[in-house]
Amino acid sequence: MTARTLLGLLVAGLVLAALAALPLFAGPYAVTLMIGMTGYVVLATAWGLFSGPTRYVSLATVAFFGIGAYTVGVFSETLPYPLVLLVAALIGLAVALVVGLSTLRLAGVYFVIFTFGLAELIRQLVTWYEVNVTGTLGRYIFLPVTPEGIYWQLLALAAATFLFSWGIGRTRWGLALKVIGDDEVVASHCGIDITRLKLALFAVSAVIITLVGAIQAPRWTYIEPSIAFNPTISFLTLIMALLGGADRLWGPLLGAIPLFLLFEWLSANFPNHYPIILGLVFIAIVFLLPKGVLAAVESRLRKGGAR
Amino acid sequence: MSELLALDGLTKRFGGLTAVNAVSFSLERGEVVGLLGPNGSGKTTVLNMISGFLPPTGGRIALNGEAISGLRPNRIARKGVARTFQLVRALPSLTVAENVVTALAFGRRTLWGKAAHEAAHAHLAAVGLAGRADQPAGALTYIDQKRMELARALAAEPELLLLDEWLAGLNPTELRIGIDLILSLKERGITVLLVEHVMDAIRALCGRAIVMNAGRKIADGPTAETLRDPEVVRAYLGDGHA
Amino acid sequence: MLVTALLSGLVLGGTYALVAMGLTLQYGIARIMNLAYGETIIAAAFLAYVLFNGLGINPVLGLLIAVPLGFVFGYLVYGLMMRPLVRRAKSRETLEIDSILATFGLLFVIQGVMLVFFGSNYTSYSYLNIGVSVLGTTIAANRLLAFALAIVLGGGLYLLLTRTLWGTALRAVAVSPTSAPLVGIDVERAARTAFAIGGALAAAGGVVISMYQTFTATAGVVFTMKALIVVIMGGVGNILGALFSGLLLGLVETFVATYVDPGLTLAATYLIFLAILLWRPAGLFGRSAR
Repeated sequence: MTARTLLGLLVAGLVLAALAALPLFAGPYAVTLMIGMTGYVVLATAWGLFSGPTRYVSLATVAFFGIGAYTVGVFSETLPYPLVLLVAALIGLAVALVVGLSTLRLAGVYFVIFTFGLAELIRQLVTWYEVNVTGTLGRYIFLPVTPEGIYWQLLALAAATFLFSWGIGRTRWGLALKVIGDDEVVASHCGIDITRLKLALFAVSAVIITLVGAIQAPRWTYIEPSIAFNPTISFLTLIMALLGGADRLWGPLLGAIPLFLLFEWLSANFPNHYPIILGLVFIAIVFLLPKGVLAAVESRLRKGGAR
Repeated sequence: MSELLALDGLTKRFGGLTAVNAVSFSLERGEVVGLLGPNGSGKTTVLNMISGFLPPTGGRIALNGEAISGLRPNRIARKGVARTFQLVRALPSLTVAENVVTALAFGRRTLWGKAAHEAAHAHLAAVGLAGRADQPAGALTYIDQKRMELARALAAEPELLLLDEWLAGLNPTELRIGIDLILSLKERGITVLLVEHVMDAIRALCGRAIVMNAGRKIADGPTAETLRDPEVVRAYLGDGHA
Repeated sequence: MLVTALLSGLVLGGTYALVAMGLTLQYGIARIMNLAYGETIIAAAFLAYVLFNGLGINPVLGLLIAVPLGFVFGYLVYGLMMRPLVRRAKSRETLEIDSILATFGLLFVIQGVMLVFFGSNYTSYSYLNIGVSVLGTTIAANRLLAFALAIVLGGGLYLLLTRTLWGTALRAVAVSPTSAPLVGIDVERAARTAFAIGGALAAAGGVVISMYQTFTATAGVVFTMKALIVVIMGGVGNILGALFSGLLLGLVETFVATYVDPGLTLAATYLIFLAILLWRPAGLFGRSAR
C-alpha cells in the first residue's frame, strides 16, 4: 500500500468518525435528515455499483428496498435483530439471482423491462399473501432501535459500500468491469465471464439495497406493502446516481446530497405537485447532463487545460 | 505433428441465408494457414464460430480433440484460442498497457499486479510499442491499435491465434513489418489461422491455404498449388478466366 | 363458468392486443422504449370518464376525441422529447437507454398531473352495464362492445399497415432503418408517425378499458408492463404477434383469476414473461429485439 492510499484511508476514517459523532451535537431533526440522506447515498452508490460499469438501467431499487423493509416487519418479533437483517439480505440475494439469471445473458432491454414491473409484482404477491394467508394487511414494527442506532448502521453500510467499490477497483475484477463498459465482445474474448460478473455485481448491489430497506424499517413503526414498495424510491435513486454520474465512485454521493435536500424541501412545500416537479427535474438531467455532473466538470476542465 | 483444431461439417445459417455450409478442415500444431475467399464467402463467420462469438447452427469444432463448438468466448479463450478483429477493437478508455493486462489477468495464467505489468511491457515491446504503455488506447493510430490488438491476443498465450484481416490497410513498409511479426509467431510454434486478402502476405506466410466460396470450402492444399486451382480462379475472377 | 372465463378472457385479451400493437409500433419502428405508455392509457381512461360523467358524451363518441388527441400527444412527445435524443444517440443502445430514462421521467409527470386532478382513488363509470346472453352465459354489453372496438381498431390498423404503400414504408423502417432511406423513405418522419399512432392506440385502449374496468391514476405501470410482455412475446415490431399474444395473455389472466386467485394475475403474467425469457427470448413468433 502506498503512502497516498494510506493517507486517503486515514482521511476517510476521520470523516466517517466526524459523521458518526454528529448525533452527539445535533438535534433529533438533524438525525432524521441524516438518516434519509445517508440512506439515499447508499442506495444511489449501490445502484451505480452495478449500473455504472454495465450500463444496465435497474428500475427495481424499491423492489429490494421493500423486501428488506418488509422482512423486518415480518420477523422483527420472532427473530433476534441481527438474524432479521441476515434473512432480509438472503431473500434479497435470492430474488436478485432469479432476476439476473433470467435476464443478464440477454440484451439490456429485457433487464430493464423485468425490473420495471418487479416492485409491483412483489407488492401484489406480498399483499396476496397477507390477505389470504395471514389475514392482515400491515404490520407493526416495535424494535428497540433508536434513530441514532439506525443512523450509525446506515453509516457503517455506507462505509462498507464505498470500501467495496473502491476495493474492487484495485482488483482484476475492477479492470474487467472497465473492459465490459468499453466493449463486451473484447471482454469475453479475453476470457472474462461477463454474465457471471454482472450477476455477482447485481447481487451485491441488490443485497446492499435490501439492507438499506431493512435498517430503515423500524422508523416507520407501521408498515404495509404500499409504503414499503413506493416507486418514488426507485425513481429518486436513479435521478441521484445519474446526476452525479453512475460510473464514478463519488458520483452517486455527489448527486444524492443536493437532490435529497431539494426533494425534502419540495415535498414539504409542494406536496401535491411533487411528482410532477420530480419528473421534470429528471427529464432535464437526462437532456442536459446525460453523463452526470462529474463527467461534465471533467470535460470542462480538460478543455480548459488544453487551451 | 499433431492435430490442434478440427472443424467437422461446420454450418451457420442466418434466417434463410446459409453463410457457412458444411465446412470441414483441420489444422496441425504449428501450422500457419490462410483462409481465403471472395467477400461474403463466410471466412469471418468461420472465425467467429471458432472463437465462440457466434454459435454454430450445425457441425462440430474440436480443439485438442475436445469439443468447443457452442461454448461462450470466455471459455474458448481460456482453452487457448485468441483472436484479432476485422475492424480493430481497442478498449479506448483503457491505457495501452491495461489493454494487454486484461488478456493476462483473465487468460490461462491469471497474472495480476507487478508481474502482469512487466509481462504486458514485454508483449508491447515485441510488437514495437515499447514506451507507449501509458497512453490511452483510443489515442493510438490505426496501425498501432492493430499492433496493440496483436499484443493483447498474444498475451493470452494462445495455442491457436485467429487473425481477421490483420494486415489489411497497412502501407508497404508496415506490411513488411507485419509479415515479419507473424513469421516470428510461427517460430514460437503458435498455430495461426489467418483470413487475408493480401496475396503477397499469404504467399510469404502460409504453407497451406483453404479457399471458401459462397459458404463452402472449395480448395485446401499447399498455397501455390491452391491458388492455381481453376475453381479458385473462377471464384475470384468469374467464369471467363478459368 | 368455462365459457364465461373464455369470453372475459377474450375481451381482456382484445384490449391488451390493441394496446400492445401501439407499443410494438413505438418500439419496433420508432425505436423508443416508452415507459410512460401506460400513463397515456390511463389519461385517456380519465378523459372518457370526464366526457361521460361531465358532458354526457358516450365513450364510443369519446373515442373520436381521445384517439386524435392521443395521436397529437404522441406526435408532440416525439418531436419535443425524443427527436433530440434520437439525433444525439451514437448507437441503438444509447438511444434505448436515453429513451427509457426520459420516458421514465415523463411517467412521473403525467401521473403527477392525474393525481392532482383525480386523486388516487379507484374510478369507474357505468355505461351499457346490462347483461347480454351469449353462448348460454351472460356478459355485460360494455365488454362485448369493448371487444368489438378492439377488433375493429386493431384489425383496421393491421390492414392499413400491410395493404397500403404507406404502411409498407413504416414496416420497412422496422426491418431495416439503415436501408429504408435508400428507397426514399424518410426514417425520421416514419418514426414520428409510428410513435404518434402508438399514442392514438394507447388512447383508444384507455377509452376501451374505462368502459368495463376500474382504474386509478397509478395503474399505468401495470399496463405498460403487460403491454411490454405482450410485445416481447409476439416479437418486437410484429403486429400479428402482438395480436395473438395479447389475446393469449388476456385468456391466461382470466383463467388464473377464475380458477386460481384474482390476486395472482400479475404473478401469472410474470411467470409467462420468465418462461419466454428463458426459452424464446426472440418471442413466440420470431424476430429478436435486436
